[in-house]
Amino acid sequence: MTRIDKRFAALKKEGKKGFVAYVTAGDPSLDDTMDIVLRLVDVGVDVVELGIPFSDPLADGRVNQESANRALDSGTTPVGVLDMIARLRTQTDIPIMCYTYLNPYHAVGYAKMIKRTAEAGVDGLLFLDMPVEESRELNVLMKANGINNITLVTPTSPEHRIKSIVEHASGFVYCVSRAGVTGMQKTLSEGAADLVRLTRKHVNLPVALGFGVSTPELAAASARAADAVVVGSAIVNQFHQAGTSPKGRKAAAAWVGQMVNAVKEI
Amino acid sequence: MSKHVTQPDKHGHFGPYGGMYVPETLMAPLTELADQYAKARRDASFRKELAYYLRQFVGRPTPLYHAARLSKELGFTCYLKREDLCHTGAHKINNSLGQVLLARRMGKKRIIAETGAGQHGVATATVSAMFGLECVIYMGKVDMERQALNVSRMRRLGATVVAVTAGQQTLKEAISEAMRDWVGNVASTHYIIGSALGAHPYPMMVRDFQSVIGREARAQVLKAAGRLPNWLIACVGGGSNAIGLFHPFLKDAKVRMIGVEAGGEGIRAGKHAARFAQGKLGILQGTKTFVLQDQHGQIMLTHSVSAGLDYAAVGPEHSQLRDLGRVEYGYATDVQAMEGVNALCRLEGILPALETAHSVGYLLHHRDRFRKKDLVIINLSGRGDKDVQQMEAWDAERGGAR
Repeated sequence: MTRIDKRFAALKKEGKKGFVAYVTAGDPSLDDTMDIVLRLVDVGVDVVELGIPFSDPLADGRVNQESANRALDSGTTPVGVLDMIARLRTQTDIPIMCYTYLNPYHAVGYAKMIKRTAEAGVDGLLFLDMPVEESRELNVLMKANGINNITLVTPTSPEHRIKSIVEHASGFVYCVSRAGVTGMQKTLSEGAADLVRLTRKHVNLPVALGFGVSTPELAAASARAADAVVVGSAIVNQFHQAGTSPKGRKAAAAWVGQMVNAVKEI
Repeated sequence: MSKHVTQPDKHGHFGPYGGMYVPETLMAPLTELADQYAKARRDASFRKELAYYLRQFVGRPTPLYHAARLSKELGFTCYLKREDLCHTGAHKINNSLGQVLLARRMGKKRIIAETGAGQHGVATATVSAMFGLECVIYMGKVDMERQALNVSRMRRLGATVVAVTAGQQTLKEAISEAMRDWVGNVASTHYIIGSALGAHPYPMMVRDFQSVIGREARAQVLKAAGRLPNWLIACVGGGSNAIGLFHPFLKDAKVRMIGVEAGGEGIRAGKHAARFAQGKLGILQGTKTFVLQDQHGQIMLTHSVSAGLDYAAVGPEHSQLRDLGRVEYGYATDVQAMEGVNALCRLEGILPALETAHSVGYLLHHRDRFRKKDLVIINLSGRGDKDVQQMEAWDAERGGAR
């Protein structure tokens, strides 16, 4: 059982919905990310999702692209992110998952990187450019190292694909609420709830809904349709706009706190 | 099938290369595309329609021209496969046409594409205009500046050209942006990738549409010279003109082949685009292949005088052909490419694209390895009108060729 598994089990017991908060590790620096993560923990998020920046993030919208660029410009490396997480682990037991693309792991070697990821205290991993067809090697490695394999189900996934995607999933299944890249939008797409239902038909894992969630109302609507909501670009944007002052950070964290509260009130 | 004729498996793997490394959102559309393409390829009416437009609209077959003065200069026999004489001025339209016909069969109303040098963008804008389809072209801002003529042509043809300002603002970023568009608009839109790269089925499909080059050249050289060539040579960015020429000759074991990458300012980090000279196995934009990257797996900057070769990854089938020892890969620097431009202009009265000129530059600098009786086919993949301003600037900076 990873921290993610335990947290979702606890949420289920309490009858509460979960909140997954994404930020890019290293934006604007890894020390800043440690500070931001601890603030996210304080406002009550359930899972922290850390982006390991890649130079060519083709599934990401403008906000996350620019965030990754800032992280890379500050010298952030994949191994540096994992070391930062290991340091965080002395201060918090919050469930942490990483979000990245294959090449940074491939360049160092899958086996070596997955082992290192587990040792850093990471609970789950999501590779944006790893469809189920290309996932065999990493599925085995993640399982052997006790890391949840967080997989994406999208509005373009036909039922037979959903079935094979969730076969290797663990932790939770991440349903993408719309066909598109990451980024903010105003309303919950039609069909998002149907996608969650279709996914649940094939798997007994918690289902989180995300992509484009930017307001407390949308967060609540998404969480209501699923077991948890994932908020990414909006949080990245909020912390970027707030700058690095403690006051700005506090306000950005409070803004996330409002979304968390909206989800917890369901 | 001979072991030297490379074919991908069901998910597009060329040995350890290729594959489908894309976000889940694109898997269903790519699978659908692969299925539809497989059907179209077997459909006589599709092949007939493609052949008709290749002949009547593109102007095929293109000549295989005996370059007498270049041959004399180099000391062996050179033939030029004149893809520069295709409508719109490069081989790119062979693929754009094939894919737009496929898009029509699939009921897509909107076409998107990336472009580096602008030739693929112009070809795609052209076939979209011919069939009355909406067309959006993604192009790096740096490339828009260095290939301004092609930007004007695309806009004149009714396409929307979107400037991509991410990263180094060249071909790689344009591909990512086009993929993002496609992820958000898969139902209405077909993405015409311009080279033999990206996720399956693109490398195979683009190769097939470009293989008309090699099929024609093979028949033409047998007719003109009464024998097969000793060598084929072509420039390699993503590698579509090269694979198009090479593939129909792969079973001819005695025909040797050279792919020429962009050596830029020399093989130093960030100064070139010679993936086989300094790249490592990696995953970029849907495919596993040789990629210029740093130790952390971040994609490195590239440089080439030619926008069309300025890309960090090479088409996956080329990686396999290199492993098999079937094709060898070298490079020509910016300076050598400019020498190639000038040689072809003065000796043959042909202004080649900067991309194409890399092949000529390579031959000028490696002429000693060829024998007098050798017959070499150069894929003259595109014409150089688009590059005239850049060539002028090059001469002005370096006290050039006049």
